[in-house]
Amino acid sequence: MTDDFLHSVSLDADKCIGCTSCLRRCPTEAIRIRNGHAVIRTSFCIDCGRCVRVCQHKAKKAVFDKLSDIDPKYKLRIALPAPALYGQFDGLTDIGCLLESLLELGFDDVYEVARAAEIISECTRRYMRKPNIPRPVISSACPAIVRLIRLRFPELCENVLPILPPVEYASRIAKAKALKTHPELSKDEICTVFISPCPAKRSYAKNGLSQTKSSIDYVVSVSEVYMKLSGKVKAPHPGMMRSRAGIAGVKWASSGGEAEGLFDDRYLAADDMDNAIQVLDAIETNKFPHLEFVELNACPGGCVGGAATVENPYIAKARLMSFRHGLPHNRNYLDVRDQGPDYVPPDALLDAPINDYVPAYSLSEDRFEAMRLMMRIEELHAQLPQIDCGSCGAPTCRAFAEDLVKGEAKLEDCVVLLRQRLRKQEEGGAAQ
Amino acid sequence: MAALNFHFDIDGEDFSSAGEASVEMKKKLRQLGFPSDVIRRCSIAMYEGEINMVIHANGGSADVAVYPDKIVIVLEDHGPGIPDVELAMQEGYSTSTEQIRNMGFGAGMGLPNMKRYTESLEIETQVGVGTKLTMVVAV
Repeated sequence: MTDDFLHSVSLDADKCIGCTSCLRRCPTEAIRIRNGHAVIRTSFCIDCGRCVRVCQHKAKKAVFDKLSDIDPKYKLRIALPAPALYGQFDGLTDIGCLLESLLELGFDDVYEVARAAEIISECTRRYMRKPNIPRPVISSACPAIVRLIRLRFPELCENVLPILPPVEYASRIAKAKALKTHPELSKDEICTVFISPCPAKRSYAKNGLSQTKSSIDYVVSVSEVYMKLSGKVKAPHPGMMRSRAGIAGVKWASSGGEAEGLFDDRYLAADDMDNAIQVLDAIETNKFPHLEFVELNACPGGCVGGAATVENPYIAKARLMSFRHGLPHNRNYLDVRDQGPDYVPPDALLDAPINDYVPAYSLSEDRFEAMRLMMRIEELHAQLPQIDCGSCGAPTCRAFAEDLVKGEAKLEDCVVLLRQRLRKQEEGGAAQ
Repeated sequence: MAALNFHFDIDGEDFSSAGEASVEMKKKLRQLGFPSDVIRRCSIAMYEGEINMVIHANGGSADVAVYPDKIVIVLEDHGPGIPDVELAMQEGYSTSTEQIRNMGFGAGMGLPNMKRYTESLEIETQVGVGTKLTMVVAV
């Protein structure tokens, strides 16, 4: 795993008391407690943000850019609001009111990610018509899921939809459009700022997706924008900005929204990491031969459950659905006349398909050595109490055995074994 | 080099945990750094065997021996045995009940898949006594 990967989950060591909340819930076992604090193993971290959500001490933080970080050299600042943002505001009846309020925060223009999502849905429908693609096709929209697949499900890399996530497509379109409407501006004077529900999307913007580079310049959190706009969202008025997305694009914010946009009910939509991992395991074992599409979201409820949102994901989803009556189904279409039914415009494709498996879990590059290490792990594991208490600083006894073999922990770290030993000593002492 | 041995008990009472042993084995093979197609073939073959034991034989056991150049999977049960092995090897042939089929299993692909994804499949079976399958996946 590359060490230069910029993560978007960090730890405030002063606030961390070394409890085991995040340790036990990390889906990739990327966390250890060392010297009383949580430590993130960056090569395993997929920036899903679950530790941020479960930390009771607010020690785990999702890292974002701030609105104040935006460089003054940019003459045109384009906000890219995630549809999840729309679900945060109580009493919001018209999305346009929210979009116009974004201009008050210093943005010059807004391009809704939901618009791009509708076009990505159309591209996906076209891609799915191709006869010889690996099925089921797995959505590329959640970067935490794509990273998980690259780490743990190498055989499924080729199933990942080779089409840009909506936020990337939105950024690229918005920039291209801005260059046309503002011929006086150069590329370096236009920036896109994604208003994101989760740290994984910020990691995406900073690191790209596999070999695809991102054109997004800044990623601010939904919660920062919420704090700045709460109570200040404008009332509907004549001449105000209108939303140009349909409900199909807005629905992408919650689990199942993307899959429903494909008009084919042979899909599976799952949210939350544990479910996603179980589904991927099942697909890898060929459990669903007739499945066409799989939408997986790392967060409970989908993007509305992201670690940087404010509202409960299900309340946010209900709010999004309340916009349905005012919106047409779809308002954004590809212009692909004279093309075949499975034509996907090249500008919507990933720069390269996902094909780079990252064998982070491998014990050693040398198979003999890996086998020797695993033999030792099995022996040690058999001696451990197997109660997965987490007191040693590893999430499970199994992970502790692995740490022991790698030389990253000592057997004395196991408090249960230590207590047994003390008790034996006491008994021995009493007998004398 | 001696083999790394793993033993799994397959619980015949519990459909919801069927497949857990193959997922567990997949994790171990991944840690051992085997090529991904080897891991996939092992986990599909083992998964099919696990499901078969749950459907037909009220559970059993799986023993996996990992060598640097091959993986040997032995599945053993004390179920009803297979009366006609040749027939059972045909794609689509299944003795599963309607109820099992409604659960999405029993498509008659279990044994054919085990054969397809492994280098060798050896079946020892005796009606009323049980079945022992030995599969080898070469690396």
